[in-house]
Amino acid sequence: MMLLTQALFALGLQPPPGQSEFIPLNELPASEKLPAAPFLIAAYAFVWVAVMFYLWTIWRRLNKVEADLDALARKTPPR
Amino acid sequence: MKKAFAPLLVVVAIMFVVAPFLIANAPYESTMGLIQKIFYYHVPSWFAMYIAIGVCGVASAVYLFKGTLIADAYATAGAEVAVVFGLCGLITGPLWGRVAWGVWWQWDVRLTTALLLELIFVAYLMVRQFGGPGAEKLAAATAIFGTATAPFVYKSVDIWRTVHPNTNVIPTLKPSMGGPFAFSSLAFILLSTLLVTARVHLAKRQMMLDELYLAHEEES
Repeated sequence: MMLLTQALFALGLQPPPGQSEFIPLNELPASEKLPAAPFLIAAYAFVWVAVMFYLWTIWRRLNKVEADLDALARKTPPR
Repeated sequence: MKKAFAPLLVVVAIMFVVAPFLIANAPYESTMGLIQKIFYYHVPSWFAMYIAIGVCGVASAVYLFKGTLIADAYATAGAEVAVVFGLCGLITGPLWGRVAWGVWWQWDVRLTTALLLELIFVAYLMVRQFGGPGAEKLAAATAIFGTATAPFVYKSVDIWRTVHPNTNVIPTLKPSMGGPFAFSSLAFILLSTLLVTARVHLAKRQMMLDELYLAHEEES
């Protein structure tokens, strides 16, 4: 019984079957290929767009505050 | 800093134009190939976030214990910039992971803690926006907890088993990869500093506007 358990255990430890063939990368079906370039470009573009958008929001908020300051200065009579 | 702002902005813009050329000339990593080049934007984004978190944390502590209004302005600026760069890290990471690991996301310790760190600073901004009177102090306390979390996020890859590369990757970079990486990191850190400065300027003008409104109402 113990021998059988050990045999089953050893069977479980067997390495997976070896690779039976090598497939060149350019022969992989299109569905299995994942080109890196679009992902790389998307990552770089996202950083640029996010930073530009944030800069734009600061600029827009600053313009609004400056306009409010000007409006308030016009309303306040000079001393 | 006011006088240096415009020239520094030009320098940073030039650095961001030059960086892709340096990155393109860096060698491909042996196992990941082209996709590994996301590294040159991904890691510096986190560096920029950590700088902004540091500003937010220190300024929040000063505001909480001394009540200095300018410290509150720095804390808000730091939190906003931290969220922007955190988002950059959280988007560029899965784009890299999809090709390198075959999945967009893994609930492993580095990715999960990084997401939580981002959410803490989003929470900071939401508390300030919708928290009503006294929200600034509550937000400052949140920022201190967020800042205390940041070192754990950075070291998480060394402490726990994770699919993410560990921190040893950076000091062991070969000069051909380390040069472009250092250049890119410097550009991101400078950009982070400039964005914080610009946001602090906006906060100062807002404070001036609030004071003028109060004075105007008292007069009328």
